[in-house]
Amino acid sequence: MITVSRRYQFAAAHLLRQPHLSDAENVRIYGKCANPNGHGHNYGLEVTITGPVNPDTGRIIQPERLDEIVRHRVLERFDHAMLNEDPLFQGVVPTAENIATVVHGQLESAFAGQGGARLLHVRILETGRNQFDYGEMP
Amino acid sequence: MLRITRAIEFSASLRYRRADLSEEENRRRFGPRASHHGHNYRLEVTIRGEPDPASGMVLDLKDLNDLLEREVMSRFDHRDLNGDTPYFEKRLPSPENLATVIAEILREALAPGLFDRIRLYQDRDLWVDVVEP
Repeated sequence: MITVSRRYQFAAAHLLRQPHLSDAENVRIYGKCANPNGHGHNYGLEVTITGPVNPDTGRIIQPERLDEIVRHRVLERFDHAMLNEDPLFQGVVPTAENIATVVHGQLESAFAGQGGARLLHVRILETGRNQFDYGEMP
Repeated sequence: MLRITRAIEFSASLRYRRADLSEEENRRRFGPRASHHGHNYRLEVTIRGEPDPASGMVLDLKDLNDLLEREVMSRFDHRDLNGDTPYFEKRLPSPENLATVIAEILREALAPGLFDRIRLYQDRDLWVDVVEP
């Protein structure tokens, strides 16, 4: 199997809270991440694509095309945004696990008609010390 | 099953150019990649196997080092991929194709069954994996 991966970044605010629970319960579960006014991260995003290498271009997907898809579907939406206010996180706590799942969902359908390229995997790096993978690891 | 990864770095120049196309058409298709340019590539080579009960090693890292020096560094480091290697006369020196070439070389050079995967970074933000089933 051959895959190509690319790294992006977005800066976003969030807070972790289940609305039906009390403040004390939320703090018990999420600690300082439950701060009611929110906090933020420089999220790293790694996107891995697989598919046949096009003999005319030497590529699985043109990097510019991949950048455009990721920019359009993820970065423009989440960069410098409050994730809790996004419709994709209504009823979904914006943990890094759920961000990885949502980002995968946003990207997956974008590769139809891209010469057989398909999304394999996304990785969210919430800080330099933790990372979250969703999808098939190469 | 154990996996061991060794990293090396090499610097090479390249251009995306098809001999059957005009200069103008090459530039239109490949943009800045049609110009002579270069990258610091980072290659991570992963081998797999069971450690030898006596030595405790899957493969002596010195042997792996020597092999990478001979098979990869001597071919690609401070070379021009188009002009100094035979691999890109009929295919473009994209990271996908370069990784495919290196994977073929290493599969051939390593003892059967040892090759697990490679990861080739073209730069910090773009890399290609070739993974054995």
